[in-house]
Amino acid sequence: MALIDLKDIHKSYPLDGFDLEILKGITLQIEKGEFVAIMGPSGSGKSTLMNILGCLDTPTSGSYFLDGAPVQNLTPDELAEIRNQKIGFVFQGFNLLSRTSALENVELPMVYSNTPAKARQERAEKALKAVGLSERMHHMPNQLSGGQQQRVAIARAIVNDAPIIFADEPTGNLDTKMSIEIMQLFTELNERMGRTIILVTHEEDIALYAKRVIKIVDGEIHSDERKKK
Amino acid sequence: MIDASTTFSIAIRAIKANKMRSILTSLGIIIGVAAVIIMLAIGNGAQITIQKEMKSMGTNLVMIRSGTSTSGGKRMGHGSQPTMKAGDGNAIEEKIEGISLAAPVLNDAGQIVYGNANWSTSIIGTDNRYFQIKDWDLKYGRYFSQTDVKNAGKVAILGTTVVKELFGDVDPLGKTIRVKGIPFIVIGVTTERGQSGPGMDQDDMIYIPLSTAQKKVTGISFPDMVNMIMLQAKTAEDTYTSQEAIKALLRQRHNLGANKDDDFVIMNLTQMMEMMETSTKVLTILLGSIASISLLVGGIGIMNIMLVSVTERTREIGIRMAIGAKSWDIRLQFLTEALVLSLIGGLIGVVFGLMGAWSVSFFSSFKAVVSIFYILLPFSFAGIVGLFFGFYPAYKASLLNPINALRYE
Ligand SMILES: Nc1ncnc2c1ncn2[C@@H]1O[C@H](COP(=O)(O)OP(=O)(O)OP(=O)(O)O)[C@@H](O)[C@H]1O
Ligand SMILES: [Mg+2]
Repeated sequence: MALIDLKDIHKSYPLDGFDLEILKGITLQIEKGEFVAIMGPSGSGKSTLMNILGCLDTPTSGSYFLDGAPVQNLTPDELAEIRNQKIGFVFQGFNLLSRTSALENVELPMVYSNTPAKARQERAEKALKAVGLSERMHHMPNQLSGGQQQRVAIARAIVNDAPIIFADEPTGNLDTKMSIEIMQLFTELNERMGRTIILVTHEEDIALYAKRVIKIVDGEIHSDERKKK
Repeated sequence: MIDASTTFSIAIRAIKANKMRSILTSLGIIIGVAAVIIMLAIGNGAQITIQKEMKSMGTNLVMIRSGTSTSGGKRMGHGSQPTMKAGDGNAIEEKIEGISLAAPVLNDAGQIVYGNANWSTSIIGTDNRYFQIKDWDLKYGRYFSQTDVKNAGKVAILGTTVVKELFGDVDPLGKTIRVKGIPFIVIGVTTERGQSGPGMDQDDMIYIPLSTAQKKVTGISFPDMVNMIMLQAKTAEDTYTSQEAIKALLRQRHNLGANKDDDFVIMNLTQMMEMMETSTKVLTILLGSIASISLLVGGIGIMNIMLVSVTERTREIGIRMAIGAKSWDIRLQFLTEALVLSLIGGLIGVVFGLMGAWSVSFFSSFKAVVSIFYILLPFSFAGIVGLFFGFYPAYKASLLNPINALRYE
């Protein structure tokens, strides 16, 4: 049984009286422990697909089984529970809470899983250490560089031990050196900790880190290649 | 579900982030709570004043005066034609179940002279039951004795105002004063009672035995005449229930035929006081309610700012939801913020209210009396207002869809 099982997923937005179809029937399976890169031109629907995969958005039609359980008919609160427990999301644009320290940002998922304050802080510190930000724990997001903010976002995504991590353009606005560091972090999470990682990128050299590359063009899967190692 | 202390600290952080705005928002609540506290304190003060007057007049009091009742054809003022006798009071005390004491009162007014000092005051001819009914102790000296009553002794008990006017610092006991020209010996001084109403100094009186008043001081038109009988009922209830029996007994004693009007008037002072108490209670409620309206308006201010806050923080809400906040978590966060905002306003309002009530007492003739209850009431009302007006913005925030909220610019 696949960890992620999409069948004929469609997503359209109403626009000026008729529907604009963004995803045009995506069928896709991702197994536990995979490291997948989703590529494609801008506007092809990558983020839209990621949002559906990440239970942030619901498809217009089609079925989605996550870990064997159907997700398409769940209530907003049930989806919130899944996002909290099973999914770590690194957004395109970091989406950290402003005026809130790195530590508290990382604690956030545990605030909503009702983890006691002490355990919360310990685990957040551990996650920040894992991404190499121990020294910047008490900095506010506006006191951190782009790469540091991205690492805080990654720490937040891994802190609840979510089995799946989604990352939408995690290296989008980082320089090459920073990008390499971030990608090494993801590789480590995948290989050493067995997390399933799905990331969106439009850079070929970033996609090289992944073991499987799915290309999306105009809302459809154009190619799906597994790297042989 | 998010825990209380975290919710609370998130709310405090949000409020601190916009200090000036938070203070301005709370201003409505501050003014509202302060106004309610001041109004309730004024009403409460009036109530306490009346209760004190009531106590100083004597509890469960009924008075009977001579005179025709208002239902009669020709109306004369109360006591215009004396009809009551001290014996009527004794009969009532003896025969009416609900009445425990009856004190006769024959009043008069006149000049009192001691040495060079003189003073015009009320003269009350009565017996010791008068002091018993009023629960009135003597500061020093003694009450009337059996002999005083039997022999119409020329002895007097003075109120403190009279003592002050006539004697100054001199000890009045055993001194001889002249009451309407007749020499009396001072045997006692009552404790201080103060005003029983505007211009009614209860200490500006002298008391002499009824027999003395009847025979030597006041002219009477028939034997044993009094102006008034003061009754004390056993319970407040008895002041109402005994009235019919008293009426029947007096009609019989005064030989009034079925077609004749009463020649006396029964006044239930307990009832009158209870009515005054009720009306001040109503006044308190009225004042409090009017002030509460400003509290409500303050609540609308909170709702307004919370709505702005929800819109401003749409992205934050989106992030929280994306990370696993449920609709209740979001609702709780904004409700707590509204509650904290209104309670902080409430707290500051309490401080201003206390200061306001104190200034009212200090600068005006109103006695404003604050009590814990009248502080907690508007304070908790402020909390309820915060919750009530915070609910809609919180609800609106919780309905946001995470994707749309994250995309919000
Ligand atoms: N809420 C929406 N309403 C209408 N159209 C939308 C909405 N969200 C996305 N779209 C459209 O869907 C299309 C796909 O958007 P999406 O964000 O998935 O692209 P993308 O592949 O992630 O692009 P990029 O590489 O630039 O991030 C775009 O043309 C966008 O305009
Ligand atoms: Mg995108």
